[in-house]
Amino acid sequence: MMTQARPSWASRHISRRHEKLIQAALFLCAALSVLTTAAIILVLLTNAVYAPGVKTAFFERVSLWEFLTGMHWKPVDGDAGRFGIIPLLCGTLMVAVIASLVSVPAGLGAAIYMSEYAAPREREFLKPMLEILAGIPSVVYGFFALKFITPWILKPVFSLFEMNLQIFNTLSAGIVVGIMVTPLIASLSEDVIRSVPRSLREAAYALGSTRFDVSVRVVVPAALSGILAAFLLAFSRAVGETMAVTIAGGQQAIATLNPLQGAQTMTGFMVHASTGDSAADSISRMSIYAVGITLFAITLTINVISGWILRRYREVYQ
Amino acid sequence: MPAISSKSVPPSVAGVDRDLDMSAHSAAIQARGLDFFYGEHQVLFNVSLTVPERSVTALIGPSGCGKSTFLRTLNRMNDLIEGSHCVGEILVEGQNIMDPAVDVVLLRKHVGMVFQKSTPFPKSIFDNVAYGPRVAGEKNRSVLADLVESCLKKSALWDEVKDRLTTSAMALSGGQQQRLCIARTLATNPHIILMDEPASALDPASTDRIENLIGELCANYTIVIVTHNMQQASRVSHQTAFFYKGILVETGPTMKIFTGPSEKQTEDYVTGRFG
Repeated sequence: MMTQARPSWASRHISRRHEKLIQAALFLCAALSVLTTAAIILVLLTNAVYAPGVKTAFFERVSLWEFLTGMHWKPVDGDAGRFGIIPLLCGTLMVAVIASLVSVPAGLGAAIYMSEYAAPREREFLKPMLEILAGIPSVVYGFFALKFITPWILKPVFSLFEMNLQIFNTLSAGIVVGIMVTPLIASLSEDVIRSVPRSLREAAYALGSTRFDVSVRVVVPAALSGILAAFLLAFSRAVGETMAVTIAGGQQAIATLNPLQGAQTMTGFMVHASTGDSAADSISRMSIYAVGITLFAITLTINVISGWILRRYREVYQ
Repeated sequence: MPAISSKSVPPSVAGVDRDLDMSAHSAAIQARGLDFFYGEHQVLFNVSLTVPERSVTALIGPSGCGKSTFLRTLNRMNDLIEGSHCVGEILVEGQNIMDPAVDVVLLRKHVGMVFQKSTPFPKSIFDNVAYGPRVAGEKNRSVLADLVESCLKKSALWDEVKDRLTTSAMALSGGQQQRLCIARTLATNPHIILMDEPASALDPASTDRIENLIGELCANYTIVIVTHNMQQASRVSHQTAFFYKGILVETGPTMKIFTGPSEKQTEDYVTGRFG
């Protein structure tokens, strides 16, 4: 009778306010990541480059030149401190390069297998398996390297050649980081490889190609830009990887390119120093930010290059 | 009495003599009792067709009639389709290609294919044409260069691209890309060329060039062409086969199919009454 709903302007008004609230909340979600990035950059800069207030920033005490070219990393307060990033850079790059040597062939091979060779049922099994590999915590990989790969695989091999392998070494760290990023390369590469038009494959088969010819001469070249971008993204991940390399690579900051030795990486140093007890405004504490901003610059550069390659080499299919 | 006046049939392109006596040509392809299935769904029913060598056979029929499927059985391209199978016999130059022992890689070099959509690889023009020979193991640069030149000449593309062989094939126009695909097919030195609506995506001028090219090529190659364009079928072919609902309704000399077909369905189709 009287419950007949009358068209209510008020409720419409509320629903419009609702809409606005939802929109604002969603905007905040989107803004969160941008704001976080901005905050991180701000913290890095105010500690590394220019510190307003009583603190003195890292680069106000150590010159950029000394930091970038110094061969010794000895992050202690006082006269004995040496702040050359080269040793940490060596550790990081060695791990990332070894990781790439492992993950590029393995990841690309897996991607080609899944998209060109595997029966649908096999692919349904393989993809989740790779995702499980990607889901293992990196600290587990670190112990896997330290307690299995080094003593049970690398040690026997290198002792055959009478080469001295240290307990902590960048080789084992690089190998596990390589295993960690393999699913990333495999999954990203498989996506771009599968987006190569079927007509291109058929044309190649019609010219008397084997499966392998089609894969390596037509499909991979056609997907090359995406594959390269995947490689770079994986490299960038390897550069930023922390836990596994801290555990398996050791804590010695020495400028060496010998993968059989331990070498501290940039991330490894940051973990180590953050848990130390040096004073908040001491130079040893500030050096964390200097290393952090260098790491950030490296990964950002790689990501920008990968984006550029994607645009530069993208083939256009009608 | 002929159903249609022969005057309504367009003249053939140069090189295609529709009055040619095909019985003198030996068979390049003989399909016998071919049934084809996608899963449970049967799309070809007991198809038997003989293709004389060094001639053009056109496969016509409405969409979904099985003409493309039939074409793709001739180089076992349908092997790539999961869950499809084929029963019957196809002799290519006397050899049954349905035999599991047949190496499809070698078969496809012998029986080339040009697709509806031009599919240049994202490589240079030169590398596109040299693809087949390279896959077959040819590495000698000057042999490849000669081959690329002769194939591009045969496909009437040489004059347009000779100065830019190293540029990307993706930059060519649609008609040029299709002629490049023909050149690429010729480079594997096939005896038989299958064409799946090779001109249906092209403008009239490019279509014209492809048709003239077919007229030139049929002196040396056996060509089987699928087309939905009746005029094209009558211009370029010696023999025409009409498919309807997976059945090969009628095969005969092109002039006969277009002027005096034996079957009512064929007549209705070629006169445009359906399809």
